[in-house]
Amino acid sequence: MKIKSFVGIVAGGLILCSQTILAKEFIIDQKDKAFIVNGKLADSYSVKVGDKINFRNMDPWFHNIFSLSDIKTFDLGSYPQGEARPVVFDKVGRVEIECAIHPQMFIEVDVTD
Amino acid sequence: MNTKKRQVNWLHYIISLLIPIALLLNIPASLAAKTDYMLGQQKMKIPANNQATPARIALGKALFFDPRLSGSNWISCGTCHNPALGWSDGLPTGIGEGQQVLHRSTPTILNTGYNRHQFWDGRERTLEAQATGPIQAGVEMNQTMGVLIEELELIKGYKPLFEAAYPGEGISEDTIGKAIANFERTIVSDYSAPFDHWVRGKKDAISASAKRGFELFDGKARCNFCHQGHNFTDDGFHNIGLPNTDDPGRYAIAKIAILKGAFKTPTLRDIARTPPYMHNGAYATLEAVVEHYNEGGKNKSNLSPNMKKLNLSKQEKADLVSFLNTLTDKQKEFSLPILPN
Ligand code: HEC
Ligand code: HEC
Ligand SMILES: [Cu+2]
Repeated sequence: MKIKSFVGIVAGGLILCSQTILAKEFIIDQKDKAFIVNGKLADSYSVKVGDKINFRNMDPWFHNIFSLSDIKTFDLGSYPQGEARPVVFDKVGRVEIECAIHPQMFIEVDVTD
Repeated sequence: MNTKKRQVNWLHYIISLLIPIALLLNIPASLAAKTDYMLGQQKMKIPANNQATPARIALGKALFFDPRLSGSNWISCGTCHNPALGWSDGLPTGIGEGQQVLHRSTPTILNTGYNRHQFWDGRERTLEAQATGPIQAGVEMNQTMGVLIEELELIKGYKPLFEAAYPGEGISEDTIGKAIANFERTIVSDYSAPFDHWVRGKKDAISASAKRGFELFDGKARCNFCHQGHNFTDDGFHNIGLPNTDDPGRYAIAKIAILKGAFKTPTLRDIARTPPYMHNGAYATLEAVVEHYNEGGKNKSNLSPNMKKLNLSKQEKADLVSFLNTLTDKQKEFSLPILPN
């Protein structure tokens, strides 16, 4: 009984810490020329300021993820299947993200406080 | 004893379930791959305000073949996009008003209704927006829209055609573009190519060499990294390392490094009918195209990372060409419209 509640407190503390101190990290996959979040097609996503998204290529061919949005511009270049590259979202606002090679690939990331 | 029996039953049950699943998943790999190129997987996006009607298609067809749309009254869309030449012109790069040589080759109109982007660099999204571009381009048809509309108003026979197609809208840049787009969307593959018959199950529709060519196309030669689906395009932009080009391509539209020298992946439908090939007409034959890919591209500057040396044997190269030659639909008659006066 004692041990259980101790574990509970530690786990709860860890979760709290990770929420306040550590920014969260997410994965957005590129598969079949589409953006996939948790196994589902997605054209929008939201994160908090400071969060990081890893863009992971799950296709056998290359993608080239980029954004030219006001609050965030980046060009991740192209990388092979299985590899991921990170983007940290450090300002509040909307970031429109595309693939340069396959312009039909589009996802909007909403960054909130 | 009892529990053991039950376990065995469960095992039986699980195995009998697994076998058909395994069989399903294992259906000959080549069949699963073939169906990737079947029709009906991609729908044409048609603007809500420009749905097809016979009157709109008829008007668009007349406009497409009417040389009076050009400044000289001498060149029509059909001069460069000629149905007798696979809806292209058989030239390395187009030739426009005053015999000016264009920088890029004339793409086919076939299946452009499926395109997500128009032009080699994808600078227009819709056929509606695309259609009035060449009319006004100095090097293509060299006509101002104001003058064209005046001229069309004077041709009595056009009024009823426009009225039937777009009642009350009159003759305008908008209705001209919309009508031509409607006609272009009727120029589509009917999937009567030997390849399509083979995909549908007719085993001897293509030769053994072409079948091996397909396996290469969809496998070792990695053509399917870019030429995908029923129209053999990923709607993407790639620099495939062509010789003799300083054209920035898609980079002029989006300043992302990988797009320097990148062009839209073209359809391969009816490919045997539209030599020479590539945006700059670099290659006269499909053999030369396959050789280009075998070398992993000639010009390695900013080359697409999807391009690799293939090390194909002489036979494999011939097989790929055989396959490409199975993508041509049965020849169809096409009747030219009688233009209004
Ligand atoms: C002088 C020759 C010429 C004429 C006339 C001409 N075109 Fe083109 N067309 C071209 C060339 C060259 C391109 C490619 C240009 C580019 O990508 O920059 C093209 C591209 C196109 C495309 C894009 C196809 C694709 O797959 O991206 C369409 C659609 C098209 N033309 C329709 C028309 C229509 C409609 C007309 C008449 C209003 C017309 N063209 C007149 C030469 C011509
Ligand atoms: C990296 C993507 C990519 C790969 C891989 C690829 N292609 Fe292409 N293909 C293209 C693009 C892009 C073009 C147009 C290039 C240009 O004109 O600049 C093209 C053009 C062509 C053309 C000429 C079409 C025309 O109308 O001019 C043929 C034929 C062709 N490819 C066949 C193949 C074959 C066969 C393979 C495999 C050996 C292959 N492609 C592999 C992207 C690719
Ligand atoms: Cu991509």
